[in-house]
Amino acid sequence: MALGLGAAQADYTLNLMKGVTKVSNDIYDLHMLILWICVAIGVGVFGAMFYSIYHHRKSKGHVAAQFHENTTVEIIWTIIPTLILVGMAIPATKTMLELNDVEKSDMTIQVTGRQWYWDYKYLDSDIHFESHLDEASERAHRTKGADPRSVPHYLLNVDKPLVIPVKKKVRFVLTSADVIHSWWVPDLGWKKDANPGFINEAWTSVDKAGTYRGQCTELCGRDHGFMPIVVIALEQPEYDAWVIKTLEQQKQKPDLSDQSSQQLMAHGESVYLKNCVGCHQINGAGVPGLIPALTGSAIATGKWESLDGFLRAGTSKMPKFDKLNGKEFAELMTYVRNNLGNKVGDELQPKQTALPDDDD
Amino acid sequence: MSAVVDEHDHHADDHHDHGPAKGLLRWITTTNHKDIGTMYLVFALAMFFVGGAMAMVIRAELFEPGLQFVDPAFFNSMTTMHALVMVFGAVMPAFVGLANWQIPLMIGAADMALPRMNNMSFWMLVAGVLLLASTLFMEGGAPNGGWTLYPPLVLQPITVGKALPFAVFSVHLLGISSIMGAINIIATIFNMRAPAMKMMDMPLFVWTWLITAFLLIAVMPVFAGAVTMLLTDKFFHTSFFNAAGGGDPVLYQHIFWFFGHPEVYIMILPTFGVASTIIPVFARKPLFGYASMVWATGSIAFLSFIVWAHHMFTVGMPIAGELYFMYATMIIAVPTGVKVFNWTATMWKGAMTFETPMLFSIAFVVLFTMGGFTGLMMSIAPVDFQYHDTYFIVAHFHYTLVPASIFILMAAGYFWLPKWTGHMYNEKIGQLHFWLSVISVNILFFPQHFLGLAGMPRRIPDYAIQFADWNMISSIGGFIFGASQLLFLYIVIDTVRGGTGEKVSDEVWEDAGKHGLEWTLPSPVPYHTWTTPPTSAPTEHVLDSH
Repeated sequence: MALGLGAAQADYTLNLMKGVTKVSNDIYDLHMLILWICVAIGVGVFGAMFYSIYHHRKSKGHVAAQFHENTTVEIIWTIIPTLILVGMAIPATKTMLELNDVEKSDMTIQVTGRQWYWDYKYLDSDIHFESHLDEASERAHRTKGADPRSVPHYLLNVDKPLVIPVKKKVRFVLTSADVIHSWWVPDLGWKKDANPGFINEAWTSVDKAGTYRGQCTELCGRDHGFMPIVVIALEQPEYDAWVIKTLEQQKQKPDLSDQSSQQLMAHGESVYLKNCVGCHQINGAGVPGLIPALTGSAIATGKWESLDGFLRAGTSKMPKFDKLNGKEFAELMTYVRNNLGNKVGDELQPKQTALPDDDD
Repeated sequence: MSAVVDEHDHHADDHHDHGPAKGLLRWITTTNHKDIGTMYLVFALAMFFVGGAMAMVIRAELFEPGLQFVDPAFFNSMTTMHALVMVFGAVMPAFVGLANWQIPLMIGAADMALPRMNNMSFWMLVAGVLLLASTLFMEGGAPNGGWTLYPPLVLQPITVGKALPFAVFSVHLLGISSIMGAINIIATIFNMRAPAMKMMDMPLFVWTWLITAFLLIAVMPVFAGAVTMLLTDKFFHTSFFNAAGGGDPVLYQHIFWFFGHPEVYIMILPTFGVASTIIPVFARKPLFGYASMVWATGSIAFLSFIVWAHHMFTVGMPIAGELYFMYATMIIAVPTGVKVFNWTATMWKGAMTFETPMLFSIAFVVLFTMGGFTGLMMSIAPVDFQYHDTYFIVAHFHYTLVPASIFILMAAGYFWLPKWTGHMYNEKIGQLHFWLSVISVNILFFPQHFLGLAGMPRRIPDYAIQFADWNMISSIGGFIFGASQLLFLYIVIDTVRGGTGEKVSDEVWEDAGKHGLEWTLPSPVPYHTWTTPPTSAPTEHVLDSH
C-alpha cells in the first residue's frame, strides 16, 4: 500500500518516543521524570559507594569503623523515598485516569486479534477489513537466505493499514477470536490486551497526520512476531475521501471471469500467504505433531468439492474460511492442489467455486 | 532406665566420627545436609549450563534480523524452557543447596531437622526437571507458550503438542519438592538453633531463607492449582479459563502472578541474605542496620503478596485496580531502598579488600539497584502501558536475576568453597571470571533497555531492521557472558581437587570468625558438625539488636 511507505525504516532511537497524542506525551514526560529521579538517586548512592570503595580500603591503611546503626539516618532514608514516591504517584494517577477515560468518543473501531493478523471493524460505518503482514516481509522471513534489509519496513508493514482521522477521539474496543493478543502502537502511547470472550476499551486522539507502526505484544503462538500494526492518521477531508473509497471497494463484487492457470497459481499463492502459511508453512509441510502437511494430503488432493466444503466448515483445530469469496477459493485450491509438492493437474475457475449467493 | 540411656549415648558416640558411605549409593541414600547441599549445588550448576545453552540459541537467532537457525515455534520453546530451567532448575535449587550447607553450620545444628525428607525433596526435584526436559524430545516439542503458560495459548492443539501434561506434572513435583524443602528449613531454624542463638541473633542469610520458606509454602500450591486447572480445562472439559464456558483467561493470570510475584522474591531474598553475609566480612565491619534488614525483608515478603497485578496493567483492569496495584508496587521501593542504603553504609568507613566474593557482591548491589530502578519505572502504571512486554522488561528482570541472584550465587561459591573443601580457589582466575562477567553482562542486557524503549516486543524470533544493531551487540555480550561461565566451572572443579594448594585457615577470610559460626569450624568442614551445639554465637553481625 503506497500510503504505508515513508522513509524506508524508522529512525534509530534509544529512548521512549514522545508519540503523537497528548497521552503519549504525558507518558513520555512521566517516563523522563522518573528516569531522572532514578539517575539522581543512582548518582547519590553509587557516588557514596564508589567514594567509599576508593577511600575506605584496607590497602590504603584505612581502619574499619565499627558503627552498625544510626536511627536518625535510617528514618531519613525511609521517609525521603516515601515522599518521592508520593510526588510521583500524583502525576501518574492523573495520566492513568486520562488514559482510562473512553467517554465522549467521536468514533469506535473494533479490533479483533487473530492468529496472526488484525481484523478492524469501523462500528460507525460498514468498513471491515483484515490487516495482514505485507507480502514482501512474509516472503522474506519465510525464505532462507532472503535479505530482510532489502524489504521496506521489514515486519512492520501491512497490506491494509488502519486509517483514522486526526484530532478526533477514536475509541477502540479490543477482543480476540482465539488466544490473547495485545495491540500496541508506541506513538499512541499504550498497548492493550485483546482477550478472547472479553472486550477491552482504549482510546486515542492523534495530533499529527502520519504513519505509525507497532506490533502484537502478547505471545500468541508461532507467528507472534509477524502480526504488525500500521495506523495512518489522515486530515479529516482525506479521511472522509478514504471512507467513501473504501466503502465503494467493499461493495464491488468479485470478478468471477476465467483466469489462466498462471494467474490462478499466482493469485492462489497470495491467498495462501495471507491465510494458510502461518500454520501449514511456506512449503506446505505443516509442523510434525501439531499441524498436518498439505503436501500429499488426501483432503487437499482429493475431490475439490470436498476440499471446498472442508475449508468452508473448518475443524476444531482449523478456523473456517467461509470469509473467502468464490474467486479466492478457486485460486487457493488450484494453488494448493498443484503446488506445495502436489500435482493433481486440475484448474478450478471462479465460476465453479462461487456459491449462488456469493457476492462479497 | 538409665542403663538404656547410657547405651544409647554410647551407641551414638561410636558413630560420632563416621564419614560418608562408600560408593555411588552414598549420593542416592544420603541424609547428610552437606551431601544433599552439594547435590543441589551441582545439579543447579548443571542446569545453569543447560538453561544457558538455551539462552545462547535465543541470542544466536536474534544476532541478525531474519530467521537463520530455528523455527519460530522452537524459538518460543527455547524462551519458555530457558525460563523454567533457570528458575526451577538453577536459581531455586542453588539457594536450597546453600541453605542445606549453610543453615545448620550457621545456627549450630548437627543437620537439617528432617534429613530423610531432605533427600526426598532433592530427588523429586531431579525427577521434576527431567520430566520437563523430556518434553524437548516429544512430538510437537517442549511447551512454547512462555514460562507463564498463559491459556488459551498453552491449551491450543496447534501450539502445544503432547508436552502440557508433562509440564504440569513436572510443576507438581517441583512444587512438592520446594514445599518439603521449605518445611525442612523452617523446622530446622525454629527447632535446632544453638541455645545461645535467639531469633534476632541469626545471620541474615538464615533470616532471609526463613522468610523465603514461608513464601514457598504459601505460593507453590497456588501455582500447582493453576496448572491443574489448565490440565482439567484441556482434558476434562472444565472451563476455568474459557470464556465460551463461562470462564475467564485473565483469571489464570491473576492466579499465576499471585504465585509469580512472590516467586521472584523467592529468588531474590536469599540473594539479599548472602550479600548481607559477605559484604561485612570484606568491609571488616558489622552489618549496618541488622534489625532494619530483617524488617525490610519481612516487608518485602508481605508486599509481594499484594502487588501481583502489576504484571497485568494492560490486561484490562478497572481503574481502581490499576491505581491500587500501582501504589502498592511503588511502596516496595522503600524497604528495597533501605537494604541498598544499609549495604552502602556497611561499606562506608570499612577497611575493604576486594577478593572475588566481594567483587561479585559489590556488582550485585550496583546492578541489582539498576534493576530496581527500572522496576520502579514500570510500577508507574501509565508508563508501563509503553514498557509492558517489551525488551525493557526483559532487561529489567534479567538485571534483577543475572547480575543479582546469579552473581550472588557465584559470590557464595567463592566465599564458602574454601570452607567446604579446605582448598583455596585461584584468585587470579576468579577475578578474571568476575571482570569478564560484569562487563559482558552489561553488554548483554543494557542495550535491551534501548530496544524495549524503541519498541521491540519480547518473545519474537525476528525483528524490524532498526533493532538490528543493539541486538547484535546484546548477542555478542551474551556469547562472552556464556563462555566466561566456563571459567567458573573450571574453578569449582579445580578448587575441589586442591585449588592453589594453599592450606586455608579455619576462618578462611580475615576475622570471619567474628561474623559467623561456620568460620569457627575446621576447614574443610568435617562430615558431621555441631554434634554438640556451640555454647555461644558470634554477635558481630547483630550488634544493634543488643
